[in-house]
Amino acid sequence: MVEKPPDPAEAEQPAARPRRWGVILVWALLLGLLAVLGLGLVRTQQGPVGIGATVPDFSLTTFAGETVDIRDLRGQVVVVNFWASWCKPCEQEAAELEQAYQLYKDQGVAFLGVDYVDTDREAMAYLEKFGITYPNGPDLGTRISQAFRIRGVPETYLIGPDGRLVVIKIGPYQSLDEIVRQIETARAAGSAGG
Amino acid sequence: MRRGLLTMMGVGLLALAVASVAAAQQEVPTDDQVNAIAKQLYCPVCENVPLDVCPTQACQQWRDTIREKLGAGWTEAQIQQYFVDQYGARVLATPPATGLNWLVYLLPPLAFAGGAYLLLRAVRAWRSPGTASAPPVSPAASDDLYVEQLERELRERT
Repeated sequence: MVEKPPDPAEAEQPAARPRRWGVILVWALLLGLLAVLGLGLVRTQQGPVGIGATVPDFSLTTFAGETVDIRDLRGQVVVVNFWASWCKPCEQEAAELEQAYQLYKDQGVAFLGVDYVDTDREAMAYLEKFGITYPNGPDLGTRISQAFRIRGVPETYLIGPDGRLVVIKIGPYQSLDEIVRQIETARAAGSAGG
Repeated sequence: MRRGLLTMMGVGLLALAVASVAAAQQEVPTDDQVNAIAKQLYCPVCENVPLDVCPTQACQQWRDTIREKLGAGWTEAQIQQYFVDQYGARVLATPPATGLNWLVYLLPPLAFAGGAYLLLRAVRAWRSPGTASAPPVSPAASDDLYVEQLERELRERT
């Protein structure tokens, strides 16, 4: 009677099983790591909040100690300006923003200044230098700038009465007229939206 | 008696003057003291540049803040916490071990341990070529043995 020698593949099977699980585990870990890295990359590559999108809820504690909640401003056009005292281009638009605020403060347009990565003393000096009177406060923990995914300062976001983003301005405004035009666009979008 | 009193007052005033000078010197932190804390911080505006060597105005303002806080008697931990509260945990050079940050602390040692294990196995395999590194028996070779045994048995029968 001829006995066939044992199949080497069959003999190795029990030993190969734990090894296979080890390989699967390593691959799963690697894929998980890649997924985490990919998500992080996508988040950093994302641009600012898109036009038409509902802006994230946030509250700003001003230098005067008041807290302004964006949800309380629904029904108004809101101008959110990101700035910093160390930002030279911000100085180009500072006075014009205050002029626009004076023009619109009684017409259902709110202004908020968000001071990005700044030091309080220099920020206060900046506000005084340009005579800015609308609510301004530090972006504590950079939470607001991260929610808007800003790329730098100055950046200005005009929010319609329904809480949706209407206009984004990257860089400084060149004139009061430009600010007025954008505010009117936001107001018109609010009217059209009902 | 009067002279003794005057001498005592003079010594007292001198001691006060020395103490106030010493206190004033203590209130002005040196650049090294400021930079010791600054090098553990990163300004979000200037990515990948530690605060102690960052040349921008924003970072200069941050260093001035550190100097101010040190002068006011704040500890290093208090100053770091102030910056975290103001600008978020991302300003820290060493991220806190919370949430996904754990990966930063876990992955390198895990990868190192995995690499060491693989290296150890490879070294063992090289040392005992008869076992691990021996080429697997090919199906053709095993067939040959089988055929050879079959032929031998057939020859014996005939």
